[in-house]
Amino acid sequence: MHRSILTRQRLVGVFLLGLLLLYSPALMLFDRTDEWGGFPISYLYLFGVWLLLVVLAAITVEGGDR
Amino acid sequence: MLGPNLIVVYALLYLGLLFAIAYWADRRADQRRSVISHPTVYALSLAVYCTAWTFYGSVGRAAATGVGFLPIYLGPTLIAALWGTLLLKMIRVSKAQRITSIADFIASRYGKSQLLGGIVTVIAVLGVVPYIALQLKAISSSFTILQSYPEVYQIGAADTIPILHDTALHVALVLAAFTILFGTRHLDASERHEGMVAAIAFESIVKLIAFLAVGVFATFYLHDGFADLFDKAEAADLLKNVIVADAGGYGNWVSLTLLAALAVMMLPRQFQVAVVENSAEHHLRRAVWMFPLYLLLINIFVIPIALAGQLAFSGTSVDADTFVLTLPMVNHQGGLSLLAFIGGLSAATGMVIVETIALSTMVCNDLVMPGLLRRWKREPPAADLSVLLLRIRRGAIVVILLLGYLYFRFAGEAYALVSIGLISFTAVAQFAPAMIIGLYWRGGTHSGALAGLLAGFGIWIYTLLLPSFAKSGWLPAGFLEHGPFGIALLRPQELFGLGGMSEITHCLFWSMTFNIGAYLYFSFRREPNVNEATQATVFVDALKHERPFGIGLWRGKAEVNELLALARRFLGADRAGRAFSQFAAKRDIDRIERLPADAETVHFAETLLAGAVGSASARVMVTAEEALGLDEVLNILDEASQIRAYSHQLERKSQQLEAATRELKEANDQLKEIDRVKDDFMSSVTHELRTPLASIRAFSEILFDDPEVELKQRRRFLGIIVSETKRLSRLVNQVLDLAKIESEHADWQSEDVDLGVLIHQAIEATEQLFSERGAQASIDIPQQPCIVTADRDRLMQVLLNLLSNAVKFTPRGEGLVHVRLSEHGPGYRVSVSDNGPGIADADQAHIFEKFHQGSGGANKPVGTGLGLPISRSIVEHLGGRIWVESRPENGATFTFELPRKTET
Repeated sequence: MHRSILTRQRLVGVFLLGLLLLYSPALMLFDRTDEWGGFPISYLYLFGVWLLLVVLAAITVEGGDR
Repeated sequence: MLGPNLIVVYALLYLGLLFAIAYWADRRADQRRSVISHPTVYALSLAVYCTAWTFYGSVGRAAATGVGFLPIYLGPTLIAALWGTLLLKMIRVSKAQRITSIADFIASRYGKSQLLGGIVTVIAVLGVVPYIALQLKAISSSFTILQSYPEVYQIGAADTIPILHDTALHVALVLAAFTILFGTRHLDASERHEGMVAAIAFESIVKLIAFLAVGVFATFYLHDGFADLFDKAEAADLLKNVIVADAGGYGNWVSLTLLAALAVMMLPRQFQVAVVENSAEHHLRRAVWMFPLYLLLINIFVIPIALAGQLAFSGTSVDADTFVLTLPMVNHQGGLSLLAFIGGLSAATGMVIVETIALSTMVCNDLVMPGLLRRWKREPPAADLSVLLLRIRRGAIVVILLLGYLYFRFAGEAYALVSIGLISFTAVAQFAPAMIIGLYWRGGTHSGALAGLLAGFGIWIYTLLLPSFAKSGWLPAGFLEHGPFGIALLRPQELFGLGGMSEITHCLFWSMTFNIGAYLYFSFRREPNVNEATQATVFVDALKHERPFGIGLWRGKAEVNELLALARRFLGADRAGRAFSQFAAKRDIDRIERLPADAETVHFAETLLAGAVGSASARVMVTAEEALGLDEVLNILDEASQIRAYSHQLERKSQQLEAATRELKEANDQLKEIDRVKDDFMSSVTHELRTPLASIRAFSEILFDDPEVELKQRRRFLGIIVSETKRLSRLVNQVLDLAKIESEHADWQSEDVDLGVLIHQAIEATEQLFSERGAQASIDIPQQPCIVTADRDRLMQVLLNLLSNAVKFTPRGEGLVHVRLSEHGPGYRVSVSDNGPGIADADQAHIFEKFHQGSGGANKPVGTGLGLPISRSIVEHLGGRIWVESRPENGATFTFELPRKTET
């Protein structure tokens, strides 16, 4: 029971991180058209953060079990 | 070569496969070997969120607005992280209350209100039917486009096709049949459709594979990977929308995210798969990351496909919405084109099936049932209603799909259809305040929820739906440009002058403002009533209890047989009997008839029925059976409060009694103490009287027995007898005096007395004593008169007593007694000091008690032990006080204070 409450709180943390990276002025830092490795930086950033959020959520809920 | 017939065959084969999967899963469910009871299947079923609007429309949006399409998927990604509490709560409440739709959920939260359920259903149907039309259009268009393979031919308006040859109509009918087969095979208490879920999960895989295949083809076959594609796009000046600031701006970015985050929980189909079809809470854990991962995967190639399409079709009129299909076609990829078509088909059918089932449940339970219940009050219904219920649902499915088709037929290429995705989202987002606030705040009321929903929905119609009609040419455009009746402030898309934002952001802002505002305003107007408060507890505290609860007050009138009969009517004899047997087994009771007709059984029957007819209707029916209405509940509460008031009174009385007892006890203690003091006094007095009496008697007897005593001796004896007699009479006088003073029976003269004069008189009166002892008296008295109001004789008695005491304790021949008179505050202070042995600290406390005699000095003092008590009584009677200060070997100072004469 306590473990699941902790997991829920960690997930809220992931949510807040997502808000920070995608919905705060932090986004403007990377909202640029110049390229890096052939990709526009904004494109890389958006999908990178997305992947990061998915990975963090996965680690949070699945990591504790094994 | 892909002819029309071949495409139809493939499409039907695909649908047949879907059908087979659903059938197989349903069979397995009946055998209790569920295939969908797996977290991955649950996560995949949630991907019904990705419809044809995603499959074809994302690329179109990306071509037009760059990354502006991403918030539709980022919103769900973010909110998924909160599902651990938010969605879990919704699931747990729904399982406990057998909630089967979002209308049921909201109705149930605000006291199982049929009206609220009906309103939610109407909003959902109006908001979502056009969205179903969009899916039909997608299937129909993709079919038409694929027919001309490998030529890319832009389709015209749908109404050029005769209605009977319209693929959209055929698609609608086939889907209706499919939905009926798997959505309404039977009525279940929990209203779960395992076959449907299995089919939806499969469809999610198909559409993802199809989209990824087209994406890989566009990126790695047509071009040399992402970098190459981006280079070419930049060269062709197509990369301008790749940053958020250019793709609709940050305002849209935030509002679309919020909108999608709400929609992913409020859309009827999402509620169906996420809450109603959930088979185990722990499945949520995987969905929290796997659903966002799915969204990420299906979006990775959206921009590349859009760019590749724009590069390939620049200069032609090919619609970006069709790139997913036309890009493989123009490159002569028959297999891939067919796969893309099947992917789009799966995205569209998945949405249509789940949405239609969800809507039909709502229409049946929240629109049709309340009406039927009202009719059944007048005329009793048929014995078995389960068939009727199934017919209602099937009818609803057909009607909803036909409505969708008609809207498609009517709207065609119009703006009202093309932009419907986000418009639908905004409509269902209106459920969010009533649902989400209701899950965390107890204060929400039925009227608050009703007002919020109506206000939000009204704003939605005015600022989004009517303008979309106007843009389609169905309403005069002047209405948009100048406002109704030319009132500019009421222009639908610049309401109250608020402009400069997209229509979705504009509508979301105003509708949410009015929705939440009305919800709070009307909720603040009164306290939640009994029903609302009960349900609020069930919802808000859902995570606090492991067991479902929500069993209300119950009087014990219902019969188990009546409840069973009721359930049989709606569920059929078999299902009802089985459910009751399981319930009995769970309670360790061997036969249904032996079930106690208690609150738990009634609650069970109500939730069982709720699965079939919705919670509000179930409440109405079971309440009728159980006959415990609100009035009766209130009566019970009223009686309870009367009893409480009575017991309050009792409590108060008993407190008063206790207080009286306490006072009596205190008085008694006081009396006992006085009695004890009196006893002590009597024994002291007796003792003090006996001593002189004994010596008088002894000497008298000597004189009586022996007449031969010498004259000198005889005179000495007689002297002792005389002095003892004097002492005795003095003692008796003092005892009488003290008794008189203490009992307040003494006669007190009240006159002006000059303290200075009185002290002089007292010293004169004790001159004899001083000279006998060889002591000196000194005085310190101010010049002016010091007048007090007192009894002169009594005050003299005090002074004489203090002076004689002082002299008695001074050393013989060297005694010094100092009398001092001074003004002190509101009165005068007289102190008499001596240079005697002083008084020990322990004695100071007792020195004013009766018969206490100072033990200082070797010589036993002469006295009665009543002088100081009498002095104290006199001083206190005159309104003053008396005390002693002393340090051993340094003499003692007795001081008394008297108030100054009051000027009259």
